[in-house]
Amino acid sequence: MSGMQRLGDTELHAYLDGELDAEARADVEAWLKTHPEDEARLEDWRRDREALAALHRDVLDEPLPEKMQAILRQKPRKPVSTTWMRAAASVVLLLAGAVAGWLANDAAAPANGNREFVRNAVGAHVVYTKERRHAVEVKAGRAEDEKHLVRWLSRRLGRALNPPSLNEAGFALVGGRLVADDGGPAAQFMYESADKNRLTLYVRNARNAEGTAFRIVSDRGVSALYWIDRTYAYALIGKIDRDTLVPLGDLVYAHLEKK
Amino acid sequence: MTIRDDIVAEVPRLRRYALVLLRNSTSADDLVQDVLERALSRLHLFQPGTNLRAWLFTIMHNLHVNQAIRAAKGPKTGIDEDVAENYQTAVAPAQTAGLTLRDMDRALNTLPDQQRAVVLLVGVEGLTYAETAAVLEVPVGTVMSRLARGRERLRSYMNDEDPDPEGTGQ
Repeated sequence: MSGMQRLGDTELHAYLDGELDAEARADVEAWLKTHPEDEARLEDWRRDREALAALHRDVLDEPLPEKMQAILRQKPRKPVSTTWMRAAASVVLLLAGAVAGWLANDAAAPANGNREFVRNAVGAHVVYTKERRHAVEVKAGRAEDEKHLVRWLSRRLGRALNPPSLNEAGFALVGGRLVADDGGPAAQFMYESADKNRLTLYVRNARNAEGTAFRIVSDRGVSALYWIDRTYAYALIGKIDRDTLVPLGDLVYAHLEKK
Repeated sequence: MTIRDDIVAEVPRLRRYALVLLRNSTSADDLVQDVLERALSRLHLFQPGTNLRAWLFTIMHNLHVNQAIRAAKGPKTGIDEDVAENYQTAVAPAQTAGLTLRDMDRALNTLPDQQRAVVLLVGVEGLTYAETAAVLEVPVGTVMSRLARGRERLRSYMNDEDPDPEGTGQ
């Protein structure tokens, strides 16, 4: 992020909450040096946070009520095994300028219900493309894995969902994952070029979004091409310029139409 | 330390969060008891190495949502006397120069539930954005925008209540 760009509120909050990586942190600190008004706002939020933490602080020092103690003394019961919050644990949120800009700068984002969709898709893109080891939940490498991926995400989304091949454009399928979107599941497929540039294709039910032909929005180098039909909403996202993204979108669209 | 000990250590925070959420010490403790019952009966579902606090808050959030849905038809509970009493004793002028906790408590109550949850889970309970997203089952981007909106709203409420805290306003 260059020092020229306006710092978004989201970045300021992320800084306050310790969510930024070292580089982004340094950017914010440099910005604050020359922007006392933002420094003052940050200080306000910090003070509010302390006041919030002081609410009912006395409860923290009270002995636990007898009823709770009794519950805590009870003998353990039977196990079955599953996993919990694997997704959350594997997500190391390295917040870059990109997503903050998207979220803060509403002018760049599309209007109404579609904005929510694009925002979620870009949020998922920024979070997961940063991941090295857990970029996808299911890798596409072997044929059987790919079959599993397709079956799994198709079932969750309620439609046959074959990730298009973008090999001819120089992007290989890495794999995919299930993502929590507002009130429902979304599928994210990830692609990677030889020089490690990553693209994601995000698909979910159209829900409150409004049907649209190809639309493109971009901010700080990240572009999202999205389109919404009667039942599904799609977004193809990457750190590439619009002119490169549109032909890729054509490929994806053509593939999905065939199926 | 066993996992039970770890849970015991988290209970005071669960009680505080429930109290802020429900504004009634009896319902708050009832909710915490339900959380403990459920957590202990599902200990096997907890993944070692993940955040226990986030796990407990997830359980609380789910129970609370379910109860709220059930209670939606019933009458609303007001602030009980006990809690109102507690506000008084909890006010510590030294640590919140210019603002009273009472104002902050009121401000917090003007927030939509979802913003309030995010502001508290991130700001007070120290969960990461990703953990908060998992607790509330929303995308990370939603956590971020709710946090920004919630904090902004608290700020404007506090500014209105106390037009010139510490003489910094204009």
